[in-house]
Amino acid sequence: MATTAASTGPSRWQYLDKIRRNPGPFNQDSDVGDEALAAQDKAKILVIGAGGLGCEILKDLALSRFKDIHVIDMDTIDISNLNRQFLFRQDDVGKFKAEVAAAFVEKRVKGTKITAHNGRIQDFNEDFYMQFQIVVCGLDSIEARRWINAMLVNMVDMEDQDSLKPLIDGGTEGFKGQTRVIFPTLTPCIECQLDLYTPRAAVPLCTLATIPRQPEHCIEWAHIIAWEEQKPFPNLDKDDPEHITWLYQKASARAQEFGISGVTYSLTQGVVKNIIPAIASTNAIIAASCCNEALKIATTAAPALGFEESYMMYSGDDSIYTSTFKYDKKPDCTVCGEVAKPLQVDPKMTLKELLDSFALKADLQLKKPSIRAEGKTLYMQFPPSIEEQTRPNLEKTLQQDLGLDVGHEVVVTDPAFPTLTFRFILSFV
Amino acid sequence: MTEIVVSQTPPMLHGPTEKEKKYDRQLRLWAASGQAALESANILLVNSGAGTVGVETLKNLVLPGIGKFTIADDALVNEADLGVNFFLDESSLGRLRSECCTKLLQELNPEVQGDWFPKEKGPLDLANVLETSPIFTLIIYTNPIRKEDLATIEAYSSQHRTPVISIHSAGFYSYFRIALPGTFPIVDTHPEVEKTADLRLLNPWPELVEFAKEMTRNIDALDDHEHGHVPYVVILLHYLEQWRQSHSGENPNGFKDKTEFGKLVTRGARTNNPEGGEENFQEAVAAINKNIKAPELEAGVEEVFNHQVSDEAELESMFWVIARAIKQFYHKHGCLPLPGALPDMKAQSSVYVKLQSIYKAKARKDAQEVLETVRASPGGKDVDPTEVDLFCKNARFVKLINAKPRQLNLSQVFDTEKASDEEAEAMKVATCGAFSLPASNFFIYLALTATAHNPAATAEEIVSTITNAVPEAAGHERLWQVAQEVARAGGGELHNISAITGGMVAQEMIKIITKQYIPIDDTCIFDGISSRCQVLRL
Repeated sequence: MATTAASTGPSRWQYLDKIRRNPGPFNQDSDVGDEALAAQDKAKILVIGAGGLGCEILKDLALSRFKDIHVIDMDTIDISNLNRQFLFRQDDVGKFKAEVAAAFVEKRVKGTKITAHNGRIQDFNEDFYMQFQIVVCGLDSIEARRWINAMLVNMVDMEDQDSLKPLIDGGTEGFKGQTRVIFPTLTPCIECQLDLYTPRAAVPLCTLATIPRQPEHCIEWAHIIAWEEQKPFPNLDKDDPEHITWLYQKASARAQEFGISGVTYSLTQGVVKNIIPAIASTNAIIAASCCNEALKIATTAAPALGFEESYMMYSGDDSIYTSTFKYDKKPDCTVCGEVAKPLQVDPKMTLKELLDSFALKADLQLKKPSIRAEGKTLYMQFPPSIEEQTRPNLEKTLQQDLGLDVGHEVVVTDPAFPTLTFRFILSFV
Repeated sequence: MTEIVVSQTPPMLHGPTEKEKKYDRQLRLWAASGQAALESANILLVNSGAGTVGVETLKNLVLPGIGKFTIADDALVNEADLGVNFFLDESSLGRLRSECCTKLLQELNPEVQGDWFPKEKGPLDLANVLETSPIFTLIIYTNPIRKEDLATIEAYSSQHRTPVISIHSAGFYSYFRIALPGTFPIVDTHPEVEKTADLRLLNPWPELVEFAKEMTRNIDALDDHEHGHVPYVVILLHYLEQWRQSHSGENPNGFKDKTEFGKLVTRGARTNNPEGGEENFQEAVAAINKNIKAPELEAGVEEVFNHQVSDEAELESMFWVIARAIKQFYHKHGCLPLPGALPDMKAQSSVYVKLQSIYKAKARKDAQEVLETVRASPGGKDVDPTEVDLFCKNARFVKLINAKPRQLNLSQVFDTEKASDEEAEAMKVATCGAFSLPASNFFIYLALTATAHNPAATAEEIVSTITNAVPEAAGHERLWQVAQEVARAGGGELHNISAITGGMVAQEMIKIITKQYIPIDDTCIFDGISSRCQVLRL
């Protein structure tokens, strides 16, 4: 028990080792023998995203003594990243985030190996993900979270304990954020909790076209209608200031015509790119909270989130408020559940109306759904020939024209989640 | 009035500056005014011990562009620092920690100035640093701290009315406490948008009544398109009038009335269309609960109205001059000045814009009345009208921090927190674990403060220090566990816990410096084992 290292002066990891090598009152049974501790040295950990959260996560993992870290990000550095993505400098604008971030932390914290992958998570297969022991996500996209979640759940082989990769997911918005820990197939997965994100309802087209009232309506009009009509550039690049300026000018003119005030360049950019405010301090809190959980899982130095409470919500705009929740696994979860979901619809609805409703349903959020029922294809987005063949079905009503009935099995897929099949049992309102 | 004219002229069609681009994601939270406040702030960190939590805090302030920071720390960098502090590297070993951290922090943002003390290896003369530096906006210090340094900071703070934040991070635990000089009022609290609509349906002013009457005079004769585009504000005003006629002048009151009233409104919708109803009428029914109720003061405003200003410095502050004028307005009119914003609702563009201008005109008129009261009152002659406008716009949500007396009697807090834990435990047992409340973090605070000047204390020493001050604590089981956990860390910081804490402290500093959003009042205790914070007034 007694340590003899004290005489040689302070060692690099002395603070961390006090926690790693001495069990506390909340982890009395932890194995703190050299062999158990060596497991952390060998652990390979994957970081998804090298942005606001990702930069912090890399720093925090390196200083939590993780020695073999990989990071994936497809993005390059933009000037608007510099107020929080602290591993990047003015001169780095335009370079790959993963590469710059990895090199920086590797240089700063000696003994840490960080491997950068400049690409999309979808570019890698199961074999790639299988090499890691823990996955930490700092993403701003729900779609990417759903994808990696489905991948990690599908990888679980009940016969092979190592196939289970804890997934730690962080997210922030302004002064708020959340951390959650998922043990795929054992605890509620991201898909089980999908209804935590409410999809944003789009402004009806007729409002944009005929009765705008808000500056946002004028901007959406410029974005959706004016751009399509006039095509000032071949493709809209939301990061090109010239394109945003064009939209801004169109929106301003329209706002003036209707007596609406409040269209600014910043608002235009915010609406078109759906910008979420982001600051260094919130990223610091959430990223470190994720890495705190990673360290606890890897070392058993204290109980981690996951099996009881699995979700920590932080809110800092009115005082500080945290709450930790316990979610339940959904037996009809598309990813980790085993039974079909109920789908209640109006029998007089058209197929198109049904498919459009999938985008706004909190537990689905599918933008390009294809649909089959009772083994028959009703509508397919791809390939173009089948799309054309099935397109006439879109205007047909579910019960009368398409012959759907209560108890029928409906299967929906979406190219964003190639491994997922959404199964439903139909019922009528 | 000039600023209103300006906002109506079309905006200049120019893109953002380089600085606006860099700070875009934060300007969306605290705007140019908040950014200007940050850029003129001058921060001092008095650093000690494992030394990371303060530096992590600074990182989160350098990035958004704080004006200047200074680190006072006479420690020399050793191996242990490199395992916990990111703003040091191999080349820092043996050098002054203050200097090395300052230089690596400055790399994050060339617009920020950084300085450090002492300039040469040797003991820090904190009194001299404070004497010779420009006035600090805010001071943060980390525990463990030398008692004489703490006394120096406290003397400076009381002389210059400087907010001071103390931070302590050890192992899986941390806390920080904000000591503000006097009460701290906030006008720009950024309430959630959904809460802010104030439509005045039960006490409309003549222009609004006239507008609604005019639109609904022949409501049944309107063509379908017009009928389907009557804004819900107008619909509700129309049916409220009808309701009062059949209810001896009374407004719908209580759940039953409101349900009935909802039915009355729904019957007004036309159903001879493919949708079988009208969206604007649906919006009207949905708006009943939130908008048809007698105006009542939020607790925060009530506290501002009732607050007895006793402090000299407070008496002179423009906040209180305006607050008194608003209170006078409230007593005269029975309501606060109108904020003037109108939520989006289905309507023809021109009708909506007209309705919006009716709300804005009334808001302007109310603000003008408050402005005149302010100008006529002592100390209010030179008030900035935009300050009055902002106050009127946010009047419902103003908030006072640091107004209640501190709970100096820790035994009392101990009893309260212990009782609440016992209650939570009883509830957990009664519901078979289905319902559980978080355990109090107060014991963590006690254990950490017991090591404020003695980081290497054993669990027994920690408990004995605590029971000297709080005799009730003897034999408390969770306190014993927490003391063991603090002793386990031996004064060492875990990087993650310090990074979380540094993020929280930076958020609070931004709120205090920008006077936007609502800071904690006044101590936040973090438990990194259960991932929970608790805020207590201590």
